[in-house]
Amino acid sequence: MADIQTLILTIYVFVLAIFTGFELISKVPPTLHTPLMSGSNAISGITILGALIVAGGDGGWSNLVSLLGLAAVFFAGLNVFGGYVVTDRMLQMFKKKNK
Amino acid sequence: MINLPEGFIDIIYLISVIAFVFGIKFLGSPKTARRGNLLSMIGMAIGATVSIFDESVSRYDLIAAGLVASAVIGIVMAKTVKMTGMPQMVALLNGFGGLSSYLVASAEYFSKESAITDDMIVYVSMLLSFLIGMVTFTGSLVAAGKLQEIITGRAVIFPLQKTLNLVMAIAAIVCGVLLYNELSGSGSDALLYFAIVSGLSAILGVTLVIPIGGADMPVVVSLLNSYSGIAVAMTGFVLGNNALIVVGSLVGASGMILTNIMCKAMNRSLANVLFGGFGAAPAAGTDTGAGQIQGTVKSMSAEESAMLMDVAETVIIVPGYGMAVSQAQHVVKKLTDYLMKKGTKVRFAIHPVAGRMPGHMNVLLAEAGVDYDLLADMDQINDDFINTDITIVIGANDVVNPAAKENPASPIYGMPVLNVEQSKTVLVLKRSMNPGFAGIDNELFYKDNTMMVFGDAKKTVEGFISGLQELE
Repeated sequence: MADIQTLILTIYVFVLAIFTGFELISKVPPTLHTPLMSGSNAISGITILGALIVAGGDGGWSNLVSLLGLAAVFFAGLNVFGGYVVTDRMLQMFKKKNK
Repeated sequence: MINLPEGFIDIIYLISVIAFVFGIKFLGSPKTARRGNLLSMIGMAIGATVSIFDESVSRYDLIAAGLVASAVIGIVMAKTVKMTGMPQMVALLNGFGGLSSYLVASAEYFSKESAITDDMIVYVSMLLSFLIGMVTFTGSLVAAGKLQEIITGRAVIFPLQKTLNLVMAIAAIVCGVLLYNELSGSGSDALLYFAIVSGLSAILGVTLVIPIGGADMPVVVSLLNSYSGIAVAMTGFVLGNNALIVVGSLVGASGMILTNIMCKAMNRSLANVLFGGFGAAPAAGTDTGAGQIQGTVKSMSAEESAMLMDVAETVIIVPGYGMAVSQAQHVVKKLTDYLMKKGTKVRFAIHPVAGRMPGHMNVLLAEAGVDYDLLADMDQINDDFINTDITIVIGANDVVNPAAKENPASPIYGMPVLNVEQSKTVLVLKRSMNPGFAGIDNELFYKDNTMMVFGDAKKTVEGFISGLQELE
């Protein structure tokens, strides 16, 4: 992110993403707040993308950076796998009553 | 190793981001919600797969180890957790997300060392990743502990708390500046400052959440969810990863909106929730209005209650956390079916903050198979209590406390509550006379038209059903 143009573009993206987030959520009915909270919680596990890249570096099992990456993959993975499954379990229940 | 053309990964990230945007959008309607979650899962899978093709990835053993371990543990946890334990589970998972952002930023710090100071934006983002990621982690652990009732649900207040928090936050930032100087210079004390920043953030997470009462934990979990999103975005700036920046900001903004909706439902500001010390043990000499309650508590058996229900034409059920604790939702559904077959009009009044999460009651009742159309929000149903024969309060307390309307001295004064006391008879199902999560006595229990039915909610409702069957 060396040059100023890239930086400014990144800040544009950041700010516009925040507005998108506001718009998306203001239209959710209260019934779905719990699954939504849990679903967006799973999404915040996206930090796993960064974690995977760090853990896959050439350091290996005796390297501090790679081990930090491994721990990051593990915790982000819990967030992602656990979060999606829990959300799906809740949403399955909503579906049942629609029959 | 396949060499992907330049920019290819970023284009795939864009596809994954679009999947998240539509995923969140679809989560907003009951019909499409499950598809939305699936779509966001696909987005995650695409993003994770393509990131493994990053040019700096050269080995896959650690990646596989981390993924397999977390998948097994995460899925088992998610499959086995009870519906009542959901809020704690979400809090815990959220904490792990925060910790992961912290770890990624730390890894970046240890790999670049002094080169991390080359770009000021990267350095500041890294510092914020440490701070917000760690606060999210320890704060979520405390929130989960309070929800699980391992840690006291009461607000823990000590003198100079806010001042101390402020001092710690400033100290963490100062250490961040010192770390910068250290890295630009000799670098000999860098590790010490890194440790201090991490440690102070960890303590801050605890001291920020511990003074908040258990009843307010849903708001806190929602806010921490927002924080974890911001931590992800900051980590994105550190790594120069657009997917992390965009998706982190989406989650940060959505969490903030949800937090705001919940605060509004309680008629309180976010500042009041975070710093109000709501639900602390009352200090000596403080009049919470408990002493002024007139009248006596009357109690009744489940069988006697069934006689009243037998002749009622309209019934409103008000569920609360107590229903979740005793897993009474299935027998409540049975009772509802029974009464409706008799021709009784039954509806459910759902307070926005009933339970430990917004929509908590909706999830439980949906699990039991209660028809969606029977559930009414507070605004829809609050004027109907006056025409209702029996209101059955199942393990709800603060959300039906009339003190919120009548007693300016009460700590919950001003919070919108359900007008249950206006119905002809109020049956309150409760284990004992202990005050609710907010730690406030409830005037409702002393009203002339209120009958307490003590005992486990599930057993009591089963008693209602068998009582009704005997009357046939």
